[in-house]
Amino acid sequence: MAEETLSRDGSHDQAPVVVFDHVSITFDLKPVLDDISFTVAPGETRIILGPAGGGKSVLMKLTNGLLRPDSGSIHVFGEEISSMRERDIFRLRARIGMVFQESALFDSLSVENNVAYRLHEERVPEEEAHARVVEALKFVELEKAIQKFPPELSGGMRRRVSIARAIISRPDLILYDSPTGGLDPITSTTIIELVMKQRDVSHTTSLLITHRLQDAFTLAMHRFNPQTGAMEPLPNGGVDESTKFLVLNEGKVVFDGTTRELVRSTDPWLREYLS
Amino acid sequence: MPFSPEDFAKQKIAAIQDYSILSWQAISDIFSRPRYWADIFTQMDSIGVGSTPIVVLTGFFTGCVLALQSATSLKAFGAVSMTGNLVALSMVKELGPVLTGLMVSGRNASGMASEIGSMKVTEQIDAMRALGTDPVRKLITPRLYATIFMLFFLTILSDAVGIAGGALVSVALLGLNPSSYFSNSYRALEYADIVQGLTKPIFSAFIIATVGCYFGMSTKGGTQGVGRSTTQAVVVSSVFIIIVDFLVSRAMIGVFGR
Repeated sequence: MAEETLSRDGSHDQAPVVVFDHVSITFDLKPVLDDISFTVAPGETRIILGPAGGGKSVLMKLTNGLLRPDSGSIHVFGEEISSMRERDIFRLRARIGMVFQESALFDSLSVENNVAYRLHEERVPEEEAHARVVEALKFVELEKAIQKFPPELSGGMRRRVSIARAIISRPDLILYDSPTGGLDPITSTTIIELVMKQRDVSHTTSLLITHRLQDAFTLAMHRFNPQTGAMEPLPNGGVDESTKFLVLNEGKVVFDGTTRELVRSTDPWLREYLS
Repeated sequence: MPFSPEDFAKQKIAAIQDYSILSWQAISDIFSRPRYWADIFTQMDSIGVGSTPIVVLTGFFTGCVLALQSATSLKAFGAVSMTGNLVALSMVKELGPVLTGLMVSGRNASGMASEIGSMKVTEQIDAMRALGTDPVRKLITPRLYATIFMLFFLTILSDAVGIAGGALVSVALLGLNPSSYFSNSYRALEYADIVQGLTKPIFSAFIIATVGCYFGMSTKGGTQGVGRSTTQAVVVSSVFIIIVDFLVSRAMIGVFGR
């Protein structure tokens, strides 16, 4: 099955995958992230919530080394990326998949070439690359769109292609930057279901930004059933233990913990935000 | 925010620093792997073959008008037969390289700035980095070397059709003997003139590619930003081409004495 071949062997060591240690960054004299510290364990899905303009996308770009912090350190897979040379970060990025806010597909390349981009860069033989593209597109249920170009696709389809592009290299860490932003509720649920499928089938560590609380709690309170090929609520109102939350507001961490801790929080700002 | 001369100066110096770093990376990336040969050939086709019609047309008609205008002045000295000398020298030393540079700048510096700028504002550049590809190596180095290689030959083409255009006017309208026109043209040109005329496109091509790509890579502010970058790329590269043309001419005259 496509899902099985995409899954990792699961032999993770227990060292954290991502560690932010007192990270701050300022743009045009405005502090965007201020003294941020948190860790992400192997196999964990970390949902990042918070109002718009709170520095969530910046945090995601810092994790991938696309931006560098002004102070503090960021470790990814045990390597400090905040002081690494760009050339060395490229090597590390081979283990990281990223889904951008607006998909960021290469609009002059077909869906197949977009998804196979990394494989072509690694000079994977054409036949193998094609087979893996088909497999990744099957995962996002979009194999019929293989010959199309991004401008011909709907917003939801573009996000799914973007997910396929992120997972094709079987990364150890996936960064989802608002994968449901600007989509209608039904399409959003489809995308969240794919994120859940990747989480429950492949157990890939991931960071996910969302503005929709509904999506966050769907992810925390459901699981993917490979037999039915659909998501279902966890029995007895349970929550997924590997899914945790990080809430940011005005560049600071407001909350860092599990789903249960989040819903039981007595912080007045958090209560108002969640209501 | 009130205008601060200090901030303005800092911004300009930072821009020069960024431009210099980008240019150096684009040059040096060809000396290490991976090299994107397919992209270099694609850009050669797009920049070189794609610009051929406009370069041929401008070169040809510049040669024509040069012959027409100079004949009036030369007539006063009874030296209409020298038209060939004047057209050949002007085309090879000055007009061929500069006009080709300006035409290619208008067509390709704008194309590079808008293409790379659109990729920048739609996060495609970040996506490329996230997928483990260096955008300077993949996008800028091929454009730089393709422009340098092709502009050299486009300039030769422009010089040739310019002299041919001058010949057409001289023979058809001024009644000159074609063999004397070409013989005068040939005798007028010296080694130093050819070297001068073929050194300039190397500098112009460097300016076109690096300025176009720099403005593309520094694009901010959505589609409006892309438009702004495109305009700036053409304006800055055109002005630089003319300034550098003067400097190269002066240096070459200093070296060769003509």
